[in-house]
Amino acid sequence: MRFDLDKWYLKKSEGDVLYKYRGSISQVVVIKALDTIEKNLNLADADNKIRRKVFSVFVESIQNLFHHADNIPVNSNMELSDTFGAIVLVCEQNSPYRISTGNFVHLDKIGNIKDRIDQVNSLSEEEIKMLYREILGKGGFSPKGGGGLGILDIARKTGNKMEYNIYPVTDEFVFFALDVYIS
Amino acid sequence: METIIREGSPKTPYVRLDGGNGVIEIKGRSIPENSVEFYKPLIEWLDKYGNSPLELTSVNVQLEYFNTSSSKCILDIFKKLELTHKKGNKVEINWYYEEDDEDMFEAGEDYQSIINIPFKMIEMVE
Repeated sequence: MRFDLDKWYLKKSEGDVLYKYRGSISQVVVIKALDTIEKNLNLADADNKIRRKVFSVFVESIQNLFHHADNIPVNSNMELSDTFGAIVLVCEQNSPYRISTGNFVHLDKIGNIKDRIDQVNSLSEEEIKMLYREILGKGGFSPKGGGGLGILDIARKTGNKMEYNIYPVTDEFVFFALDVYIS
Repeated sequence: METIIREGSPKTPYVRLDGGNGVIEIKGRSIPENSVEFYKPLIEWLDKYGNSPLELTSVNVQLEYFNTSSSKCILDIFKKLELTHKKGNKVEINWYYEEDDEDMFEAGEDYQSIINIPFKMIEMVE
């Protein structure tokens, strides 16, 4: 079955949506997004601790998209844009905040991303902390991120396992969807 | 040494590099997409300062948020200060965090585990 982006986006937008966006991720989009969610989190009356975590994880998530999202693949029957990323921040009833992101990834890269998340999901809180320090200390990552420091930071701040899905789109591209929960 | 002051912005912190008084301050949020661009001149300043530092350098870091892109640049700042410290100059680092902000407290501990200068962890009570 062909991946249906609209359907995915609609499904992820179920709940009390504090922010949603899909399209090209520019620096202006990032600034506006941060401004909006900061205001909405204040309105949502979240406690300080949760608000800080949600904001922090949101920053990391949207900047992941900014740095790593690929273009919409040709032959995917979707409208072309420069880069494409989708992000939704939702507060579900009686449940934690969820940040869902989705972007196209070239097949060459998806294996690494999948392995990285599986690895981080398999670690304890203490192991995540140690790995984070090791990577930070070695400086073995680019200013763009890389080395998985962003993913480790998200895992560390949320304290929850990340959930992901990989949907085939074309011969070369997949759609990578990630859900993180802040409780 | 010239003094560098950067006013804070929605994505970058307030910074004061005051060579005359040996005071370094970073406050607010550091969440730019390209943190190297922002921090490069600051690290260059520290390089120069390290050649003739004051007897005591006080460093105050009071961050509300910082992204992983900034985390390496902040480490680079501490590494420059570590060199100054190693040469026998006194460097004190004050790491401020809000009382219930465990993440920021732990971030201070992360740096402390890598950098060989004692950190003073200062809890700010609202």
